[in-house]
Amino acid sequence: MERPVNQGAWLMVLPVVLIVSFSAIVPLMTVVNYSFQDILYGTSSWVGTEFYTDVLTDDAFRRALGRQFLFSGIVLLIEVPLGVGVALCMPRRGAVVSACLVLMALPLLIPWPVVGTIWQIFGRPDIGLFGWGLNTFMDYNYTGDVFDAWMTMIVMEVWHWTSLVVLLSYAGLQSVPEAFYQAARIDGASRFAIFRNIELPKLKGVLMIAVLLRFMDSFKIYAEPFTLTGGGNQTTLLSQQLSIKVIEQSDYGYAAAYSIIYFLIILLLSYVFYIGLLNVGKEQE
Amino acid sequence: MTLSLDHVRKVVNGQPHIYDLSLTVKPGSFNVLLGLTLAGKTSTMRLMAGLDKPTSGRVVVNDRDVTGVPVQKRNVAMVYQQFINYPAMTVFDNIASPLKIARISKTEIRERVHHEAERLHIEHLLDRLPGELSGGQQQRVAMARALVRDVELLLMDEPLVNLDYKLREELREEMSEIFRERDSIVVYATTDPMEALTLGGNTAVLDRGRLVQYGATPEVYHRPDSIPVTQVFSDPPMNILDGDISDDGLTFGGGERFQPPDHFRDLPHGRYRIGIRPSHVKVNPQTDVDLPIEGNVDVAEVTGSETFIHMRRGNSEWVVQDDGVHEYHLGDKLTVYVDPAHLFAFGDDDSLVASPGARSAHAA
Amino acid sequence: MARIDLKELAHSYMAMPSGPEDYALRRMDHTWEDGGAYALLGPSGCGKTTLLNIISGLVKPSEGQVLFNGQEVTRLEPEHRNIAQVFQFPVIYDTMTVRQNLGFPLKNRGMEPSYIQERVETVADMLGLTESLDRKAVGLGADEKQKISMGRGLVREDVGAVLFDEPLTVIDPHMKWQLRRKLKELHETLDLTLIYVTHDQIEALTFADKVVVLYGGKVVQLGTPQELFEEPAHTFVGYFIGSPGMNFMDCRLDNGAAVVDGHRIDLAEGVADRAPGDAKQLELGIRPEFLRFADEGEEGVPANVDDIRDLGNFQIVTVTMGDGRRLQLKMDEEKAVPSSDNARLVFPPQWTKLYADSELVG
Repeated sequence: MERPVNQGAWLMVLPVVLIVSFSAIVPLMTVVNYSFQDILYGTSSWVGTEFYTDVLTDDAFRRALGRQFLFSGIVLLIEVPLGVGVALCMPRRGAVVSACLVLMALPLLIPWPVVGTIWQIFGRPDIGLFGWGLNTFMDYNYTGDVFDAWMTMIVMEVWHWTSLVVLLSYAGLQSVPEAFYQAARIDGASRFAIFRNIELPKLKGVLMIAVLLRFMDSFKIYAEPFTLTGGGNQTTLLSQQLSIKVIEQSDYGYAAAYSIIYFLIILLLSYVFYIGLLNVGKEQE
Repeated sequence: MTLSLDHVRKVVNGQPHIYDLSLTVKPGSFNVLLGLTLAGKTSTMRLMAGLDKPTSGRVVVNDRDVTGVPVQKRNVAMVYQQFINYPAMTVFDNIASPLKIARISKTEIRERVHHEAERLHIEHLLDRLPGELSGGQQQRVAMARALVRDVELLLMDEPLVNLDYKLREELREEMSEIFRERDSIVVYATTDPMEALTLGGNTAVLDRGRLVQYGATPEVYHRPDSIPVTQVFSDPPMNILDGDISDDGLTFGGGERFQPPDHFRDLPHGRYRIGIRPSHVKVNPQTDVDLPIEGNVDVAEVTGSETFIHMRRGNSEWVVQDDGVHEYHLGDKLTVYVDPAHLFAFGDDDSLVASPGARSAHAA
Repeated sequence: MARIDLKELAHSYMAMPSGPEDYALRRMDHTWEDGGAYALLGPSGCGKTTLLNIISGLVKPSEGQVLFNGQEVTRLEPEHRNIAQVFQFPVIYDTMTVRQNLGFPLKNRGMEPSYIQERVETVADMLGLTESLDRKAVGLGADEKQKISMGRGLVREDVGAVLFDEPLTVIDPHMKWQLRRKLKELHETLDLTLIYVTHDQIEALTFADKVVVLYGGKVVQLGTPQELFEEPAHTFVGYFIGSPGMNFMDCRLDNGAAVVDGHRIDLAEGVADRAPGDAKQLELGIRPEFLRFADEGEEGVPANVDDIRDLGNFQIVTVTMGDGRRLQLKMDEEKAVPSSDNARLVFPPQWTKLYADSELVG
């Protein structure tokens, strides 16, 4: 649909352009500046891609990157199917629905560091219900064991964010007309066939958005694991590794190059998801 | 106001939606845009309203070129297929909303809303919310909102299509009354020939993006300019057969020869496409000059008072609309009778060359 | 093939219905013959979709029984009844081809692939879908999608009845006739029981052998299109069927004839005697098609001609009688309308119906 063109409208956009450039582009350019120059007490020298080489060859970075992929991968693999599953189990309408939705949305409202603190206590084998409970079946100690630490971190993330996938999937399922379910019943379709042939195709678009959001967020995660483990037991992820460089070592050039690489990885993967999303949209037309 | 579309064209993504269309509608006139889906009815309305700008050509209001003047600056209202009301406002506030924007005094708003509600028979619903109303009532509210303001141009895009058949019939009847007393231009899009005939006024027939005929509604119906008009403005569409006129008379694809009717007398010999409305084909001869035509029955549909018989003759499909109940089945052989006085003749380019004589005066 | 019996059937969407007005469907007893084409016709909210869903098993009735060929199926799930249903909006499995869509109900029931292929091809041939069998169903037009919905029903050989819920709603006007004709053809060749829900009288009358008119949760008449037109059993049927609907006038009886506005109007033999003495309201009904103007020298009720509307192949004439009552006449396009001063109306007795409290007397 075409709309009448009004050249004056561009002026209205100007404030937004200014705000965006000051809030996003200018700070980002500062980081770019730092990554190509060695800046120290007012003097600066051009070092080219040296910092980038440093980052890419740094074992600590590589390990953090590996852990980050592992973490995001596991989180997505659990949260997406779980979220869809929960959404499928919810009734399509009725008073129960709103209660369910409110209860589930609660973890989403809790600030990140608080989530970390909650699980730090919750997971303690001596006074935390979760830790104490697990300890009766197995030898559990998230501060002492790599597997336990990772498990706690993932359970925490799943607890915190699965509701988002549930909410999105539930909204997606609501858009399936009742007639589709009725027709499928008459066609004798099994529950799985209904999911596979009606619900999943209709959910595709929404799921791509869920995956995109969950990937971006989990890939940038910082506060919760930091509060929980402080990076011990091989739980140092990308953002924490970065903060070590900036805060503990004040290695700004290295950190700037690190940030740019970090940013580019997220941008690239988000772009891939985005293209996937567009294709889904086209298919549905 | 007088609204003219002057050689407007509309191309969207390389696809022509409207081809070189010129049309002038007079102040206070009621105009039906009649055409099948995708004929360009909605596109034409959007151009008239200023929601879209034509690719080329001009939109002229009272001799002033308004091409490109956006809809907000024109005095236009629109009613859509969907029942569009503000869900959180009462019926009263819904109807009053365009007046509030225009900063009219409270007492006048009250008066005008009540007046409009009364005309549309929704005065008892003013305190309700749209969600509590039936589809027909919701559409009445949407119409009242469009009518409450003295707009110069009121556009209605198939407003009754989502209503029950019987409700549609009732609202249609009322509407022709409501619009009779207004000075705004009303443009009403529909696919239904019966709706156009009931509403009266003028009819513009659109066919695949082209305006094929414009004139007084009964006039367009009784004297269709070309074959496309007969297909759109006749339900069921007019039957069209290949015919041939020579010294020996009129034939339909070989076989029997008939005496051509009087109004065909001046036609030069040659091939024509002959049209006859389904209601002028009967299963029993009505006059001694009726032309018998043979074919095979596909299906007979009984409506209670009438029967529609769909039949096939060679590769042309025919519809016969006759009074009473007639039972036929797939494949039955049937001879039907055509009154030659009702035949139309169209030339090679599908344009009308001969039509039944002027109708008696009472049709005015 | 299926004969369908409804025994003392009633349904309320409320858990504890307290009166008749709480029922979406009032108690009914009906038998629908095997191989018949039935239309359920009525305005929105009359209960027609509820009734359809009870027959298909999507809704369990609160009272009474549904029998298919004499066997009770009231509590049976839809997939275990041998019915198919076509909905208002086409239901298509987006990811599948037309072939997979058509074969889906058979695949779900664990049929052999060779059998599925054979059935799918037969049905596609019947519906004219052979060309598009291997295309994705998503890209097709609404009419083709609706054919696929129908095909998924026909592909099962055990299907005895196909139910349609306003299936032509999203179909373009010029395609409606094509689909209707396909339905008629299938009905003639396959000997299925068809039940078709609609608010559109033209669709109902042209489709069905028998039309069931529903109003306020009750069946007000079950009859052939001709019966509904000529002998409406209830004033609602008179109003709802026909375009415009029947003319109604309050009347009283006098000596075997009806009296309206001081004029005697003759009724058919014996009708007046059958009128119940305790009726609260007596009405005369006559269809606009049957009301006519008196010929030269013929007796008639004087009336004023208000409006003549040219509707193409017919005209609608609106007249007012002495007491201001308005009536409509539907006349052939070429019939002359008399001028107001000497217009007189003739009510042919066999078409002038008497109604007592909305029910037909005769």
